[in-house]
Amino acid sequence: MKPPPVVYHGPDTVAEAVRLLAEHGAEAKVLAGGQSLVPMLNMRLTAPARLVDVNRLDELAYVRTDLHGVRVGALARHADVERATHAFEAIPLLRQAVRTVAHPTIRNRGTTVGSLVHADPCGEMPAVLALLDGEVTLRSERDGERIVAARDFFVGPMESACREDEIAVEAYFPRPRGRTGSDWREVSRRNGDYALCGVGTLVRVDEVGAVVGATAVYIAMGPVPQVVDVTEAVAGADIASGVAWAAAGQIAADRLEPEDDIHAGADYRRHLARVLTARSLQAAYEAVAP
Amino acid sequence: MSEQRHQVTVTVNGVTRRAEVPARRLLADFLRMDLRLTGTHLGCEHGVCGACTVLLDGVPVRSCLIFAVSVDGHAVTTVEGCCEPAGELGPVQQAFHECHGLQCGFCTPGFITTITAYLEENPKPTEEEAREAIGGNLCRCTGYQNIVAAVLRAAELKREREATP
Repeated sequence: MKPPPVVYHGPDTVAEAVRLLAEHGAEAKVLAGGQSLVPMLNMRLTAPARLVDVNRLDELAYVRTDLHGVRVGALARHADVERATHAFEAIPLLRQAVRTVAHPTIRNRGTTVGSLVHADPCGEMPAVLALLDGEVTLRSERDGERIVAARDFFVGPMESACREDEIAVEAYFPRPRGRTGSDWREVSRRNGDYALCGVGTLVRVDEVGAVVGATAVYIAMGPVPQVVDVTEAVAGADIASGVAWAAAGQIAADRLEPEDDIHAGADYRRHLARVLTARSLQAAYEAVAP
Repeated sequence: MSEQRHQVTVTVNGVTRRAEVPARRLLADFLRMDLRLTGTHLGCEHGVCGACTVLLDGVPVRSCLIFAVSVDGHAVTTVEGCCEPAGELGPVQQAFHECHGLQCGFCTPGFITTITAYLEENPKPTEEEAREAIGGNLCRCTGYQNIVAAVLRAAELKREREATP
């Protein structure tokens, strides 16, 4: 339960970090918050020869909000995203979701961009990026900067498009268009545990409050975040009865293909998705309902 | 090949401490083995149990999930630093004593540090907030009822002490 020997690099600038990865990328791992990497090292599930510690790159410790959305630097902790009032006002979903990432103590150290690169199928922030159609900026010595859309970024379970010579420097979460309400909820066995099923929703309404669009994203329900458009069930529907929300939940449950594991069976996960979707859509709608 | 070693300087409980350690030395082991501050306990060593929680620049973190070399130049507060300046029990320690908030005591250092920082952020928590605040710390003596009571009592004690310096 102690990490294996490793050669440590603690660069002071992004340029230096990128140079180190160009030289050693194949045998190096970037260390940001370390709240997923260090457990894996402690349990000897992974043993990179080198660590490139980015915790001194203060230039990447930011959460910035403008008219278009929220930019999160690689050294912003989950807690920074959670506390940033400007980010919450622009995109409430960010705070709604990040509050369900592990425990406060983990959020104090773990980084949002790190969780994107880690690409855990149970991770909340990859799902938020996917639902908002966001993107990640990667930097390397070879290619300079390249920007990868969320839909191309999450390749498989624990696998992102970030190459071994690249560092993810920033995530961009675009502000949803128009009048859009959001919600995040999940079911886990214990406070702070990985979700058995988690869902985030966006519901867009027009000037008179009629629903014109609805999408949902799921965690722990597939190898990567699963985005499902449920607009057909709710657009123009009679919202008051709740039937439309339930129908949307059914669409999602039919579309998803969760797996059995030690924590929950696939049928139970699908049941959770159906019920949580209906409740979440209703809550998202009520946030912007007239 | 011998392991590369790094000079690490950390301000621990207000005192500058220095040691030469391998890169893989966890902050928890740095405190316990290199600095002989054994108040910080290691339970699960993968970030689940919360026993090793210390304050890094005032903020609770898991010392089993941070390398000592990463916190070079920073300030750490351990349970040894959660007492009053003259060494009497701090408000959180006193509250644990009064409310019987511990049995075997293994998890206690993590609770004390977590709650000490939490009360700075929220000096008057409700019972529900107190429960949420300690959600990341495990106690296997099943002492949560008393620990929640201790959070609320600690808040009272802290306010009383601050009102009467």
